[in-house]
Amino acid sequence: MNALSEILTPEYWSVILLPALIAGIAVSFCSSLLGVSLVLKRCSMIGDGLSHVGYGTLCIAVAMGWAPMQVTIPIVIVAAYILLRLSETSRVQGDTAIALFSTSALAIGILASSKANLTTDVSHYMFGSILAMSRGDVILSVVLSICVILVYLLFYDKIFAVTFDENFARATGLNVRFYNLLIAVLTAVTVVLGMMMMGALLISSLMIFPAVTAMKLCKRFRSVMIASVVISVVCFLCGLLLSLCWDTAVGASVIAMNLLAFTTASVNGALRNARVKRLQEQEQEETWQTENC
Amino acid sequence: MALLTCEHLTLRYDTLTVINDLSFSVESGDYLCIVGENGSGKSTLMKCLLGLKAADGGKLTLGDGLKRREIGYLPQQTQIQRNFPASVQEVVLSGCLNSHGMHPFYTKADKQRAAEQMDCMQITHLANRCYRELSGGQQQRVLLARALCATKKLLILDEPTTGLDPVVTTDLYRILSHLHEDHGITILMVTHDVECAVRHAGKILHIGKNVSFFGTCAAYQESELGKRFLDASASEGGHCCGGTKEEVS
Ligand SMILES: Nc1ncnc2c1ncn2[C@@H]1O[C@H](COP(=O)(O)OP(=O)(O)O)[C@@H](O)[C@H]1O
Ligand SMILES: [Mg+2]
Repeated sequence: MNALSEILTPEYWSVILLPALIAGIAVSFCSSLLGVSLVLKRCSMIGDGLSHVGYGTLCIAVAMGWAPMQVTIPIVIVAAYILLRLSETSRVQGDTAIALFSTSALAIGILASSKANLTTDVSHYMFGSILAMSRGDVILSVVLSICVILVYLLFYDKIFAVTFDENFARATGLNVRFYNLLIAVLTAVTVVLGMMMMGALLISSLMIFPAVTAMKLCKRFRSVMIASVVISVVCFLCGLLLSLCWDTAVGASVIAMNLLAFTTASVNGALRNARVKRLQEQEQEETWQTENC
Repeated sequence: MALLTCEHLTLRYDTLTVINDLSFSVESGDYLCIVGENGSGKSTLMKCLLGLKAADGGKLTLGDGLKRREIGYLPQQTQIQRNFPASVQEVVLSGCLNSHGMHPFYTKADKQRAAEQMDCMQITHLANRCYRELSGGQQQRVLLARALCATKKLLILDEPTTGLDPVVTTDLYRILSHLHEDHGITILMVTHDVECAVRHAGKILHIGKNVSFFGTCAAYQESELGKRFLDASASEGGHCCGGTKEEVS
């Protein structure tokens, strides 16, 4: 076990840890905001599907000797669009279609990479390696998070309307498809970057956990958004610290922190619900009585 | 000119024809109820009126300067919405979006309008409450206020009383009568409860598998189809939906 002070040399800090911190915070930020939309729209499966597609593409790209990011991001964006259309059109078999599509992409990718004998090289994308992110990756994640912040600031009201009631939004003339596409594209980029960090296996839970925890704690859409971001970033920082202290995998540590936050919120929520329920019953009885007077 | 005119409208899902050759029109100031058995295509017709589904035959025209996006809509409630973390105010405000194109934020006028509609629905005291913690009747009022933010002319409701208890249902019908008579809003309501429909509405549109009826309530009660449907509903015990039209208003 390394003592924290031993590994925290100035060089280590500036070359490895600082980029990891910046990229990690940026990706946690994006995934938690997008996660709220995905969970509320009941398409959290899309995050999982995209990570499969992303991993498959990455395998092929490495096998072919292409630049991994430049190939993977466009393909995952296209996949996001296709998955969105699949869940839109085929009403009954939406998630089945997503599962079929994404696992097929994964299988083809793994086949390609095993043919090229490169399996060892790509397997670290399975679990992520935040401490080995390149300068380009870090810049990309910062750009991405600026885009996500801008989109959510400018279109906040519309995103709320589309998430709450798609049909109503469409009926009142909102371009629902555009906003869905916007969310899908941002999700795609976030998933690819997150895959580098957390690994393909864990990225979808990075999107879902903070959102679900925030929903247990908050009652307004705006506060759910803010809480989700705060929880996500704090859990990332704690997870990173944990992994530095105990030399554990970063992705798994961050998810463990998220799990801890979720459990705490659940217990807290259950206790509060019991209390609120009692109060509400009293209140309802009172209003019922006054209405009937 | 009529507010809405359907001529020989046909609606399909792939191979399944749900609505076949349907013609009717809605005049400004009408109170029209659409009745029919489950699965007869009422919700599908609503989707077409709202522009969520394209007509597969015939045509639908809007008149009287009515724009598509100026229709207020109260959807059949889904489970998703019932558990949505949002405050009442956020939900009601989202009805104002149609009026301000590319403008990114709600304006003062929007907030004013939302406040007025909440006042009209008597839910001002709930403004900061969480939507998912409200009772079914309160949630319907919130959605109604949102729909009223979106329209001054035409309100379309899809089975708004499903899952509400009789007292709340009566309340909702009273609100609708009030909007219709005092605010001059045209109302188009889908309901499975035909007794309530003939009691409150001015006109009835009955959609059936092979038959359909469009005309005034009185004519409907006289018609063969109407008698049959009303009898069937009465023998089932029907639904209680409050007093007669006179009593209610
Ligand atoms: N998205 C859909 N795809 C395929 N069939 C549908 C869809 N929505 C409804 N239907 C079918 O269309 C018919 C009419 O449905 P609907 O309009 O919901 O009836 P109602 O609202 O009168 O109960 C039903 O038989 C239903 O199974
Ligand atoms: Mg229906």
